[in-house]
Amino acid sequence: MSGGPLLQVDGLRMHFFTKAGVVKAVDDVSFTVGRGEILGLVGESGSGKSMTGYSILGLVDPPGRVVEGRIVFDGTDLTRLDPAAWRGIRGNRIAMIFQDPMMTLNPVLRIDTQIVEAVQAHSGVSRESALARAREALVRVGIASPDERLRAYPHQFSGGMRQRVAIAIALVNGPDLIIADEPTTALDVTIQGQILFEMQKVCRESGTALLWITHDLSVVAGLADKVCVMYAGRFVESGPVADILDRPLHPYSRGLIDSVPARNERGQPLRQIPGMTPSLLSLGPGCPFRERCSSATPRCAESPEVTEPSPGRRLRCFHPAR
Amino acid sequence: MLAYAIRRFGQSVFVLVLMSFLVFIGVYAIGDPIELLVNPQADEVERVRAAAALGLDRPFLAQYWVFLKGAASGDLGRSFVYNEPALTLILDKLPATIELAFVAMVMAIGLGIPLGLLAGLKPDSFIGRAIMAGSILGFSLPTFWVGLVLIMVFSVQLGWLPSNGRGETMMVAGLPVSFLTADGLAHLAMPAVNLALFKLSLLIRLTRAGTREAVLQDYVKFARAKGLSQGRVIGVHVLKNILIPIVTVIGLELGSVIAFAIVTESIFAWPGSGKLLIDSINQLDRPVIVAYLLVIVTLFIVINFVVDVLYSLLDPRVRLGGAAASH
Ligand SMILES: Nc1ncnc2c1ncn2[C@@H]1O[C@H](COP(=O)(O)OP(=O)(O)OP(=O)(O)O)[C@@H](O)[C@H]1O
Ligand SMILES: [Mg+2]
Repeated sequence: MSGGPLLQVDGLRMHFFTKAGVVKAVDDVSFTVGRGEILGLVGESGSGKSMTGYSILGLVDPPGRVVEGRIVFDGTDLTRLDPAAWRGIRGNRIAMIFQDPMMTLNPVLRIDTQIVEAVQAHSGVSRESALARAREALVRVGIASPDERLRAYPHQFSGGMRQRVAIAIALVNGPDLIIADEPTTALDVTIQGQILFEMQKVCRESGTALLWITHDLSVVAGLADKVCVMYAGRFVESGPVADILDRPLHPYSRGLIDSVPARNERGQPLRQIPGMTPSLLSLGPGCPFRERCSSATPRCAESPEVTEPSPGRRLRCFHPAR
Repeated sequence: MLAYAIRRFGQSVFVLVLMSFLVFIGVYAIGDPIELLVNPQADEVERVRAAAALGLDRPFLAQYWVFLKGAASGDLGRSFVYNEPALTLILDKLPATIELAFVAMVMAIGLGIPLGLLAGLKPDSFIGRAIMAGSILGFSLPTFWVGLVLIMVFSVQLGWLPSNGRGETMMVAGLPVSFLTADGLAHLAMPAVNLALFKLSLLIRLTRAGTREAVLQDYVKFARAKGLSQGRVIGVHVLKNILIPIVTVIGLELGSVIAFAIVTESIFAWPGSGKLLIDSINQLDRPVIVAYLLVIVTLFIVINFVVDVLYSLLDPRVRLGGAAASH
């Protein structure tokens, strides 16, 4: 165990080399996650959140490639590891949960097979003790009659139950970090609340850090310790959750917060950020948000440097809100 | 499961009766077998006597009724030409065809699935493209042409392989088979390759398409995120899913490979049932034609049943008999 943060992503760039050109899906993104900490990674659809998560696990498929940056996990730069060593970390020390629980479990394999293989991929335990750990993990995520459930197939479960199973699989090896890629988006609101609550509880109990990817700021408000905002593949700003929500400095974060319905006045039309997300293919230098930004000046055609306006807060903008 | 089997059996009997009726009409429409069977110089009395002996003097529906009654007790009639039970004639020849078809299918499966997986996992690599190019050739070259080229190269020019017959056979469970003797294998090699080529190409394409689709699925990414080895991700998570359509197609193709081995059998003079069918059609030997088609349809039905059972074993979402999944 090293003294630094659990995960430090530094200047990460992940590009797709397509026939139409280079898509800079992640372009210079940095953040840290401390041990047992919950970081919310926020941004609109297509802003590169999932690709950031996949980069950390080394799961980027061609034509995509991590072209630059360091991903330091517990003192080791993952990008320098050979594939076998990286595989030893996946599902063992860093686990991931996906957005759509209907798609993440293999439809033709029983639940016990899918959990046991995750255990046995990382330790030479017998099938019996792997099964015992699988059972324990199911109980932890609130699944009743786990023995019966272990012998079932995914199609015999509802969406919420499947997501619980996926979470159980993520937890089963006792990881230090879980990357949760919008795990509640596909579920209805009551189930969303339950899963969110249980996830938070389980992680706090076991001291597991969470990188919670979402486009929903209201989820982050109740869950995260820190927030990192992305726009069009680029880092926008980061800081403690209360600071960012109360006093966003970047015009984009401000727009995001203002468009959360609960914060609007009743009876007023919903506010939204004008304009559209730019195409990542044609994106040149400079602030990608400037076309939609009311504070933009000609200076924004250059890329602003990341500054530290106050301790623990980082920002990439020439014209922070006051 | 039992109810399902009974229902399937009922459907099958219906298909068989309908089929035999259609074939009866078909052969009846083509011409009068008496013309071919009786010496052209024979007089009218002789003709009438021959027709009566074969039951061909009766009205069409009466003839069909006689056939149905016989079929119900397992008698599919006697060949007009050989004056032997049609079923015996066919069952004599069928094992050779089935052996050829099975060996061809095993070759197609054993090569097709691994090559298709490889091409699906590395679609842009040289090897992936080469496999696809090969499968296009296998698809588009006509079977008889490939057969002739094989004979020209391996029998005529190189003299490595015999060009006709079954070679030395060995008795297994009362049936002669070629694949257990060296000479038999040498005889089997070219016809089997010839027959397998098209199916091989089909399986390569099917497996490749399935693989390309499966590797994009979330469950594959999730399996990798669990830290599973590449071998387990491909061999279990991908393969088990793509096997579902592949098994279906293999089942269907197995039937058609038996039914349509005719071209290959003719080229390599393989003594199977295909040649018997061609001869019988030429001579309007109706009992043999009908019996042959009934046997083939029965084979199809049995294979389809086996495929359905396999399918339900592979895919937990499918339950035979259509019982809904519990929640
Ligand atoms: N195979 C690919 N080829 C080219 N571009 C791709 C490919 N896959 C993803 N992208 C691009 O990468 C960008 C980032 O995608 P990503 O999935 O990380 O977004 P996201 O923030 O997770 O969005 P969402 O909220 O919709 O999940 C998208 O703009 C997408 O167009
Ligand atoms: Mg995403």
